[in-house]
Amino acid sequence: MPDDVTSPPPADLYRRLLLCRRFEEVVAEQYREGRVPGPLHLALGQEATAVGVCAALRRTDVITSTHRGHHHCLAKGADVDRMMAELLGRRTGYSAGRNGSMHIADPDVGLLGTNGIVGGGLPIATGAAFGLQVQGRDDVAVCFFGEGATATGNFGEALNLAALWALPVVFVCENNRFAELTPSSTHVAGEVWQRAEAYGFPGVRVDGGDVHAVAAASHEAVARARAGDGPTLLEVMTYRLSGHYVGDPAEYRDEAEAQAWRDRDAVVRARADLAETDAAAIDDEIETLLAGAVERALAAPAADPEELG
Amino acid sequence: MTTRPLKFWQGVNQALHQEMERDEKVVLVGEDVGGPGGPYGVTRNLRATFGPNRVRDTPISEATIAGLGVGAAAVGLRPVVELMFFDFCMLAMDQIVNQAAKYRYFTGRSLPLTIRTMSGSGGSYGAQHCQSFEAWFAAVPGLTVVMPSNARDAKGLLKSAIRSDDPTLVIETFGLLTARRDTPVDEDFLVPLGVAETRRTGDDVTVVATGRMVDRALEAAERAAADGVSVEVIDPRTIAPLDRATIVGSVSRTGRLVVVQEAPAPFSVAAEVCALAVEECFGRLRAAPVRLCAEFANVPTPQDLVEARVPGVDTIHAALLKVAE
Repeated sequence: MPDDVTSPPPADLYRRLLLCRRFEEVVAEQYREGRVPGPLHLALGQEATAVGVCAALRRTDVITSTHRGHHHCLAKGADVDRMMAELLGRRTGYSAGRNGSMHIADPDVGLLGTNGIVGGGLPIATGAAFGLQVQGRDDVAVCFFGEGATATGNFGEALNLAALWALPVVFVCENNRFAELTPSSTHVAGEVWQRAEAYGFPGVRVDGGDVHAVAAASHEAVARARAGDGPTLLEVMTYRLSGHYVGDPAEYRDEAEAQAWRDRDAVVRARADLAETDAAAIDDEIETLLAGAVERALAAPAADPEELG
Repeated sequence: MTTRPLKFWQGVNQALHQEMERDEKVVLVGEDVGGPGGPYGVTRNLRATFGPNRVRDTPISEATIAGLGVGAAAVGLRPVVELMFFDFCMLAMDQIVNQAAKYRYFTGRSLPLTIRTMSGSGGSYGAQHCQSFEAWFAAVPGLTVVMPSNARDAKGLLKSAIRSDDPTLVIETFGLLTARRDTPVDEDFLVPLGVAETRRTGDDVTVVATGRMVDRALEAAERAAADGVSVEVIDPRTIAPLDRATIVGSVSRTGRLVVVQEAPAPFSVAAEVCALAVEECFGRLRAAPVRLCAEFANVPTPQDLVEARVPGVDTIHAALLKVAE
């Protein structure tokens, strides 16, 4: 999008947010039917992070994602049918149904990979930014990671190196308040966004319930990276309404806290920005898209034991 | 083809110069690689020749050094990353094993990444700088592992690794850095990945030796010849994928196998080579395969203790005579 626009049209935003939300809800239904091999980590409630950040990106920009990466993939433009097929273990999936939810990648749209290793994308995004810089491209790398990853050594290494080389990278810490089954108060010391200051580049905290705020902050960080002025650490304060995995009873969650987040749900608010008829049309469009994706995936052959890689 | 008697490190250096000259997508990153040209001068003059954009000194951040290679290769470069000692690769295991090695599996795309590291064997650097981990990496699907034993192969294998479209770990050996071998200077000279070299032909015993043990095996074979035992010496050069055909062909003919390596025996390359011989040459074996390896002990620092831990020429010679009885 043009550099002077910081947020897409409301209908586009709602469409993207709803796609993220409904994609995961539909996949969860398939999981409960026993059709999804492997674990499934949902990010319900966090939609505004991926949608807001990726609104600032071009197709040729690259991202690294996480084990909780469906939103990032969808927001960066991954193909819904191939994602659904991969999650359902079908040969028409991104890697022929062999890898499932945690290993979706599509370099054609700049998605270098989701990742089964917490913090594993930090060095890779840093390396991608280095590669873009060496080639003189004005594309940027965005690294999505959770606040749990800030406790890894990769976090310190990547921030230091990105600062030293003024790399075109945006570190997006998606603070969803939980690392697996443990609240962040148990594993994060201090404030994540403030750690950038020690390395000499901007750290910004933004409300992850407000997709416009996320988009605006991302736009600024991406523009800085594109201009060759180096990295930004963006801490998006969001909330994971789902458990760590589908089936996790999430007894560690404070129900009042979760309800407070539901009450200001970014998807619901984005819908309220539209006329009812426009919103209803988008609802139908997404339902048709997802129902078709499931139908096509289930009609495709299952992953083939002869195609181990 | 014109050759010159290059030292091992000169072979590496020449390979890097030639490949960086040939392809501007080749870059070099690592600790101390730029200004000083590495702690032993292996990468000297590269930054002066190719500039600070393509040759960069990194902080001491091994995981992210490896990650620089993964990410840069994913966006179109052909990076060479240096992890100063093999032992330091332990800090980069996730990026090498979980990320680089699986990139093609997850994406269907190439990842033209070369990781250079140095086994400290032959030096007096002790238990955290001299270990031999080649079997660990050889056990990972998606990684190519090469281990040159001389200047010629160091040059030709590194050039092939850089031109390869998949992640390749190149293990250089400290104790060989100043050893010379006639090496083609031509920029088109390559040593193919996955192809062993038969360094000496013989009929009675097959020796498979790696790294610093190759020259010792050759010397022991020379002595054995004087004793009337004809020894064939094979240097696999590439550990993974192993050139099984060359080894099986030789052992099938001689019926006797001695494997010499600087790593301890348990769960090692020597173990794999012996298993190969038993599986593929069982009916033709005339003696039990023999492994001559480092003791299963930590690497000491004093040079005499270092040498006491690994097979010497006398030990190899004696084993050759015994197995040929």
